[in-house]
Amino acid sequence: MPYAIDELQEIIGNLRTELVEPIDSGGVNNTRLGRDRVERMSAEVVDSNPYSRLMALQRMNIVKDYERIRDKAVAIVGVGGVGSVTADMLTRCGIGKLILFDYDKVELANMNRLFFTPNQAGLSKVAAAGATLNFINPDVEIEMFNFNITTVDNFDRFLNAISQGGRIAGQPVDLVLSCVDNFEARMAINAACNERNLNWFESGVSENAVSGHIQFIRPGDTACFACAPPLVVAENIDEKTLKKEGVCAASLPTTMGITAGFLVQNVLKYLLNFGEVSDYLGYNALSDFFPKMTLKPNPQCDDSNCLVRQMEFQAKPKPVVVEEKADNEEPLHATNEWGIELVAENAPEINPTSTETPVVGEGLKLAYEAPEKSSETSEETVTTAPPDDASLEDLMAQMKSM
Amino acid sequence: MVDDSTRKTLSNIPLLQIRAGPREKDVWVQRLKEEYQALIKYVENNKQSGSDWFRLESNKEGTKWFGKCWYMHNLLKYEFDVEFDIPVTYPTTAPEIALPELDGKTAKMYRGGKICLTDHFKPLWARNVPKFGIAHAMALGLAPWLAVEIPDLIEKGIITYKEK
Repeated sequence: MPYAIDELQEIIGNLRTELVEPIDSGGVNNTRLGRDRVERMSAEVVDSNPYSRLMALQRMNIVKDYERIRDKAVAIVGVGGVGSVTADMLTRCGIGKLILFDYDKVELANMNRLFFTPNQAGLSKVAAAGATLNFINPDVEIEMFNFNITTVDNFDRFLNAISQGGRIAGQPVDLVLSCVDNFEARMAINAACNERNLNWFESGVSENAVSGHIQFIRPGDTACFACAPPLVVAENIDEKTLKKEGVCAASLPTTMGITAGFLVQNVLKYLLNFGEVSDYLGYNALSDFFPKMTLKPNPQCDDSNCLVRQMEFQAKPKPVVVEEKADNEEPLHATNEWGIELVAENAPEINPTSTETPVVGEGLKLAYEAPEKSSETSEETVTTAPPDDASLEDLMAQMKSM
Repeated sequence: MVDDSTRKTLSNIPLLQIRAGPREKDVWVQRLKEEYQALIKYVENNKQSGSDWFRLESNKEGTKWFGKCWYMHNLLKYEFDVEFDIPVTYPTTAPEIALPELDGKTAKMYRGGKICLTDHFKPLWARNVPKFGIAHAMALGLAPWLAVEIPDLIEKGIITYKEK
């Protein structure tokens, strides 16, 4: 059907208005806008209270003063398979503030994981996540940074954001969560947190998607990420049968969801002081095995800030653990009809030194052998750099003219 | 894990001594000199052995590197832009070398055209901190990657020869 130009212009005009202000069509508009902010978390049990089931944790005696979560700020580095689900969970839990870092875009290839939807393809991950999270819970303050933290310029912006971006401006965040997929970014987070003395969680999923882990790093107290080669879950897959041809990485929504769940569970325990926070928790998906352990810092760590934190930690008086005396000395269960018994958890504590490979817990291994510190000769090469007599400018010019 | 010819190439690239990253402004200049010395020697070696295959230069801070690399296949020269940033944690972590124009053309790449390195590269690099530099990353990382990926990409018709 032929249209006159002015008719077409009118149609375009109407479409444009609709884009800005969606037509009010019954309840559709309301759902699209989500809910209004709430001033305080209420414990009232009504269908319309978004926090009733969380506040119930208080009544069940699991958490004291759940609403403290609104004073907490968490930085999430990497908003991919693990990071986006982590952000989603913390948002639903009513965290005070989230700071998101990522420099990637949403792609259709990400749809085997949770959280992002196909209509978000092409958007930056932080922008897409920010919009969804704000819709889910408008009470959460969300700050977004779309850059790679490992480059020199961006690293300073990253340092600034985590050490000034707390719930109270100018204060540091309460925790940094590493949900990145590469060693370089983990080392950058490690360097930043050692420098600014911030506690952080490392998390990861193996490239073949069948194992994952979380690791709690408290500078000076537990091993930093540079203290020893990365600790990974042993999968007991024969190297020869492991095919890596033609791909960089596989991923599963299950392994990533489980790892994000472990991460957020421990974040909540740490922020709200309940239960026991794991220092290292692994997941072997092939055998459903969950190794746990603690790794002590390396006194010869390459990161000088780690050594400073270790000295500070050693100088600090340790809190005396007061053992609660049981009022009732009688056995908890007089009868044990079903023969149920408790088996001691195997959670070894290891102390890596650079001279020998640290002994790791059952089901765990180091990603590779620790480098030898003192050896001057490399197995690969023998030549040494010539003495420097030329200036840097000369060398740059020489290289350019080659 | 490293074949004999790579081993020989490596043994002829000078090792570096200064452990300094780009945030340590003063010492970094010394490290940067070593980087250039090693790279110059490596390119000279390549020229002598008739296997010249890349050129690199950096910004004046030595934090951003760019240049060209090329691969000979059936007597034709296939040339690509190379670029990478020096990470803040360098030399503990190796630079992530990228060939942006091949981004999306092979699965052996991460976002932005960063090449997918073998399982051997990172452990080898970690054991040789701070002795390995950019020249070593090129020899151990990019050279073997090109040797495997480029003939494959040509064969599949994903990249074609361009007259220069």
